[in-house]
Amino acid sequence: MPDSLWGGVWYDIITYWPLFLEGIKNTLLISLTGTVIGFTLSLVIAPMRLLKSTSRDSLLLKIVKKIVRILSTIYVEVLRGTPMIVQAMIIYYTIGRIHPALSWSSPIQCGIFVVSINTAAYISEILRGSIQAIDPGQTEAARSIGMTSTQTMIYVVLPQAIKNSIPAIGNEFVINIKDTSVLMVIAVTELFFSARSVAGIHYRTEEAYIVAAIAYLFMTFTATRVLYWLGKKLDPPVAKAKTKKKLKKLVRRV
Amino acid sequence: MSVVKIDNLHKSFGDLEVLKGIDLEVKKGEVICLIGASGSGKSTLLRCLNLLEEPDAGVVNFEGNILTEPGVNLNKLRTKMGMVFQSFNLFNNMNVLKNCSVGQMKVLKRSKAEAEKIAEKILIEVGLGDFIFSPARVLSGGQKQRVAIARALAMNPDIMLFDEPTSSLDPEMVGEVLDVMKKLANQGMTMIVVTHEMSFAKEVADRVVFMDQGVILEIGKPEEIFANPKEERTKEFLNRIL
Ligand SMILES: Nc1ncnc2c1ncn2[C@@H]1O[C@H](COP(=O)(O)OP(=O)(O)OP(=O)(O)O)[C@@H](O)[C@H]1O
Ligand SMILES: [Mg+2]
Repeated sequence: MPDSLWGGVWYDIITYWPLFLEGIKNTLLISLTGTVIGFTLSLVIAPMRLLKSTSRDSLLLKIVKKIVRILSTIYVEVLRGTPMIVQAMIIYYTIGRIHPALSWSSPIQCGIFVVSINTAAYISEILRGSIQAIDPGQTEAARSIGMTSTQTMIYVVLPQAIKNSIPAIGNEFVINIKDTSVLMVIAVTELFFSARSVAGIHYRTEEAYIVAAIAYLFMTFTATRVLYWLGKKLDPPVAKAKTKKKLKKLVRRV
Repeated sequence: MSVVKIDNLHKSFGDLEVLKGIDLEVKKGEVICLIGASGSGKSTLLRCLNLLEEPDAGVVNFEGNILTEPGVNLNKLRTKMGMVFQSFNLFNNMNVLKNCSVGQMKVLKRSKAEAEKIAEKILIEVGLGDFIFSPARVLSGGQKQRVAIARALAMNPDIMLFDEPTSSLDPEMVGEVLDVMKKLANQGMTMIVVTHEMSFAKEVADRVVFMDQGVILEIGKPEEIFANPKEERTKEFLNRIL
């Protein structure tokens, strides 16, 4: 291994690239699935936190709604109020003690779980804000044609709230790429773990972590660009929408 | 036969008493124009009819169903009461066709094909046949409001409630919306219209209701109300607006 810093970096890359690649692969796997699962969970959690009782609800329904509201609030506050690294330790080591059948089949499985429930808490807060920012007129119009509050949420409010949240949700994904590094404490072989292994081989720390930094930067930069591009695609300017309309009409005529 | 009958309706927002005992009966096929100064409670009254606003006291009877009682199937009955808002409130995430078919599919459980057929027919009637695939947000105000009317009509309502449907339109678009409403009135639709368009009220209304500070002060045929109002406040209001 060369003595110079950059020589060492280059040496690590060409010699240990399979190790780094394995790390990159797992980092992407965990952050991507974690974001997708977290987002899916948040679609339920955010409306739960916003459940409102009306004067028409029976007493029982009012109580149920209140309990749901409290539970979802506790969920979000606990997950946002404790570090993921601590959650990972607790969840990895204690779940098997609740019941032996519950123990994790692999650290990665536990890692995805931890990232998912964390992301759910953060994205549900993003969504909650977006839902509250939707013009109440949308809800009133939906209710006035007879939709239930649940239908209104599913077909009218949530789709708009999700669309407005896309940049913030993308941002959560980018954060997850970086934050999965804490899963090293439960021995998930993500990128940080790879860097640590490589650093240990020749007792040369900086080089390995510089490689990791470059790889993280590459992933976050690419993710940011892709998300930006996706966001633009999802929000076509008016002119484009009009062409689409003409096209569709044409298709119908044919 | 009355479609809507309200008795002694009261509504307050905090300390502010907005409706102070309203009685009104609307017969089938009747067009009622609701006029009055800003803040007199016109919108609140309209919104109490389909329970978007829960009244504090009083009875709303819609085709024999007491809406103000707990346990009525409010969502089902709301389909029979179309509502058109001042700010259109089209569903921003849907195109014009979807705006007019989603309620039919999700609430009335009509099939997609049937719902779209009905929506398309109504959209053509309101002059928007060329725009069925347009996203709601690219339309002009007048077009939006006509879509909003079509959306309500697609549910086969027995009464239409309009809350200042032309107030947020550019002047050149008011006509196209009023024309659709006139056509609807001529077809026999029961309508309650909150409006500042006095010429529309004169031409189309069967009765004009003047609201003042939470009560119905005067009610009568348009010629009576506009030509010789009995109440001093009605005179003042009409002088200001005409
Ligand atoms: N949700 C609400 N919370 C508190 N006050 C309200 C609410 N809705 C209406 N008000 C108040 O009630 C009064 C009557 O309002 P309403 O909208 O019924 O009047 P309006 O006759 O429709 O007036 P405009 O011609 O301006 O639309 C107003 O003073 C208004 O500020
Ligand atoms: Mg009003």
